[in-house]
Amino acid sequence: MPTARAWREYPQRYRYEAAVCKKCGKWHFPPRLVCDACKGEEFETRVMRRTGTVVVSTVVRVPPAQFKDQAPYAMAIVRMDDGPSITTQIVDWQEAQLKTGAKVKLEFRRISDDGEAGTINYGYKAVPV
Amino acid sequence: MRDVAIIGVGLTKCGELWEQSLRDLYVEAALKAIKNAGIDHIDSMYVGCMSSGLFVGQEHLGALMADYLGQAPVAATRVESACASGGAALRMGYLDVASGASDIVLVGGVEKMTDVSGDAATYALATASDQEWEAFGGITFPGLYALMAMAHMERYKTTSRQLAAVAVKNHANGAKNPAAQFPAIITVDDVLNSVMVADPLHILDCSPISDGAAAVILCPADQAKTLCQHLPVKIVGSGMATDTIALHSRKDLTSLDAVTKAAAAAYRQASKVPSDIQVCEVHDCFTIAEIMVSEALGFFEKGKGGNAVETGATAIGGKIPINTSGGLKAKGHPVGATGVAQAVEIVEQLRGGAGARQVAKARIGMTQNMGGTGASAVVHILEAM
Repeated sequence: MPTARAWREYPQRYRYEAAVCKKCGKWHFPPRLVCDACKGEEFETRVMRRTGTVVVSTVVRVPPAQFKDQAPYAMAIVRMDDGPSITTQIVDWQEAQLKTGAKVKLEFRRISDDGEAGTINYGYKAVPV
Repeated sequence: MRDVAIIGVGLTKCGELWEQSLRDLYVEAALKAIKNAGIDHIDSMYVGCMSSGLFVGQEHLGALMADYLGQAPVAATRVESACASGGAALRMGYLDVASGASDIVLVGGVEKMTDVSGDAATYALATASDQEWEAFGGITFPGLYALMAMAHMERYKTTSRQLAAVAVKNHANGAKNPAAQFPAIITVDDVLNSVMVADPLHILDCSPISDGAAAVILCPADQAKTLCQHLPVKIVGSGMATDTIALHSRKDLTSLDAVTKAAAAAYRQASKVPSDIQVCEVHDCFTIAEIMVSEALGFFEKGKGGNAVETGATAIGGKIPINTSGGLKAKGHPVGATGVAQAVEIVEQLRGGAGARQVAKARIGMTQNMGGTGASAVVHILEAM
């Protein structure tokens, strides 16, 4: 991933910074410039709690090229306790912990790398709690 | 707005077509459509294509295709809405004629996917999802549809056998289609015993990577009968809608709201209801997609789509035959061509020229094309004139 592009996303990938709409209070992760609930354009930056609940999950067995060394791995849609939903890998899991309703917490992990001369991409993955 | 008719159709074979380039495919389909319509010129042209830049390193398809079709200097541009590029191009062509801006419009769709490795193709397709907030973490397209399937199975008790029944039906139809990439008869057990890609989707729940192109010729409906050597088919409804790009932002993972909204617009314009539709081509990029779409279009109650396919309601001869062409699953899925190829199949059906896969006395048909996980949806209703 180009350095500037990766850098722009550090506030979310490293620090869980969300944009909370000043008009209606909806949490946006990642931040948006327009609130999709009320069209508000003013936001307050707040750090999202790292805890959430599995909405649904799958196990990816045929991965994209840069994830070959990790497959098979679990992916889930997780609804964060502050409201936003995200798509994330779940790691360090037992079968039952992938089920809908399972509690997870986001941790800072290595996500992928862009090859020998490329950048290593870091971000969050979910672990069962 | 003027009424618009389809007066010509053209299709290449779908498959790994190593001898044909991106432009060869487009020109073959376009020439077939022009000859099928029997016209001597076009006024403008639209090219539906998802990702020629990533697949063959070529953009600027409007000019390229007009040039190689020998039609420069006509107005020509590319339309992109991921896997709905073809359907979106058809809608642009429809609006061009309906508005009165152009009389005879060529709408083509094309994708050349097999010049790159499977990894590169997977990457290109993943750009239809949210690159930064979905694909970054390692989710694939089969993975996203797997999440939808999991949600549908959990809420409605949809089964893997019902998913497999979609593939079985579509391959049975595709076996009757000379243009199909995989005209092989398969069984439910074949699907269930095939390699798991992302639970619960097996490789035989997924549509293939394909090369191919399709084209149609549009004109004002009041000129169709004089221009056309075949039974003209009128576009009586055209709808398009969008939804959140990321699947995780949807309120309900078991619904395809953009499909429902695009269909509602098309039904309203056409003054039709779901029970009026006699044959339908839907976007079965994965088996679960066909089940969810058949519900979103109003053919079946929510949660009943799996049972419908298992009991034969969507087979040729059933209540509403779906994907008589073989669908994306068996006919093939050259992404940008798909939305146009669907219209070609419905026109063939309404003309009565679909051969062994003909739906008896079909006069009203529908096409449904979508991009990403349903973030773009295009629906057209066609009626024999």
